[in-house]
Amino acid sequence: MTSSVLDDLKKSQILELLEQGKRVDGRALDEPRAISIETNAIPKANGSARVRLGETEVICGVKIQPDRPFPDMGDKGIFICTAELLPLSHPTVETGPPGPDVIELARVVDRGIRESHMIDVSQLVIEKNKSVVGVFADNVVVDYDGNLFDACSYAATAALLSSKTPKWNWIDDTPTLVEGEETPVPIITIPVSVTMAKIGNHIIVDPNGDEWASMDSRITITTDSDGNICALQKGGSDGFSQDDVNRCGQISIQVGAKIREKLKQAQMAGQ
Amino acid sequence: MGGRDATMVLLDENGIRCDGRKVDEPRRIMIKAGGLKNADGSAYIEFGDNKILVGVFGPRDVHPKHMSNTDTGILRVRYHMEPFSVGERKNPAPSRREIEISKVIKEALEPAVMLDKFPRTAVDVFIEVLQADGGTRCAALSAASVALADAGIPMRDMVAACAAGKVADTIVLDVNNEEDQAGQADMPIGYMPNLEKITLLQLDGVLTPEEYTKCVQVGVDGCKIVYDIQKKALQDKYFGNGGDQN
Repeated sequence: MTSSVLDDLKKSQILELLEQGKRVDGRALDEPRAISIETNAIPKANGSARVRLGETEVICGVKIQPDRPFPDMGDKGIFICTAELLPLSHPTVETGPPGPDVIELARVVDRGIRESHMIDVSQLVIEKNKSVVGVFADNVVVDYDGNLFDACSYAATAALLSSKTPKWNWIDDTPTLVEGEETPVPIITIPVSVTMAKIGNHIIVDPNGDEWASMDSRITITTDSDGNICALQKGGSDGFSQDDVNRCGQISIQVGAKIREKLKQAQMAGQ
Repeated sequence: MGGRDATMVLLDENGIRCDGRKVDEPRRIMIKAGGLKNADGSAYIEFGDNKILVGVFGPRDVHPKHMSNTDTGILRVRYHMEPFSVGERKNPAPSRREIEISKVIKEALEPAVMLDKFPRTAVDVFIEVLQADGGTRCAALSAASVALADAGIPMRDMVAACAAGKVADTIVLDVNNEEDQAGQADMPIGYMPNLEKITLLQLDGVLTPEEYTKCVQVGVDGCKIVYDIQKKALQDKYFGNGGDQN
């Protein structure tokens, strides 16, 4: 990938502005873009959300269905979160198997929600060791303007908060649907990921597309409702000082708390 | 990965862990620089029961050509586990986990390697996990740094790596496989001690803000222990007894 003259110009402009404490779109360094969350966007799914983070747009649909438990995990339901970049999201996206970037995206989004223990999977058992409830949160990116990690994470979290799970009984060795009995997915905590980019010596929250293309390295930190840190991923071709890492931890807790309120509001509005 | 022993004591009343280590003690680490005839640089590491071999080629021509960059050399990393390296046979095709780890290790090494000195070329790092026992990415990264140095590729620093984590409500150094399966948090760290830069950092598991800060500190201190062993491996090969030049 050879960077174009335009990319170099953009990067030097972004850096020049940061030296004055400013960003290309006028935000404060620790200010995420406007977030809009629409829940139940896909009524046929068991839960869903359409999230816009600036001009990045992600749709997440949750499907809930009976599944066989993983070996040694017969007393726990299944949670799986994926992410995919659709070809209509950006001219450079091609169809075909996902590359390393998209595989990392999906795994980081899944890990953030999984490690926070957002869903109480112990309540999602139909018949121990035989049948459990599987919760699948699938993200699709429909428009790209940087920071897919957070956009997908918010979409999946908002969709899960809006999800209702059907009930199955174990009859004649098969899970049998009980009509008309739906309950909210058991939620323990609300994870929020906050992605920060390092450009020069500056750390900025929620990089947009141009900032994403200009960054030296990035860090994504997920916090839970108690203000604990539960997942982290560093990326990009440079490093962070130990002070940076500690500071990013604090930023993720502060910024994450505000975004958690927005996720809660969206949940209330959808009910 | 097999069942967990629910009765296993992760940390006893004397602060001794399930494999007999103290909280701030890494597993036994042995690194050998060189060893492969055909690779431009190589290293072998034993990190506890992990056994990992790394071979480096380059700087060399880039194939396919469209990947080459006129401004800088590129680094390519493949982390791969042998089918026999884990309890149950692993499918030899690269898994999503291996693809992610390859990327994370590549991005951890890039700040160390002076790729801009070799535009239009590639440096290829091949990591083969022969036996895995928790913490393979850190062991692999540490060995890869030694292999790059062994290949004579100009570097700003070596990346040393070690994990810290939370086991039985205590922050400990170098989480092993049992502790990872049963433990509360695992934080692999890659660190360049001379430049004081963290180049690999991941976390899964719940930490309070105080534990988070402590965990980073414990991990960085562990990396410094690994760094000394990396330097000794290079000294042994190049300045040691008569110099075994392979």
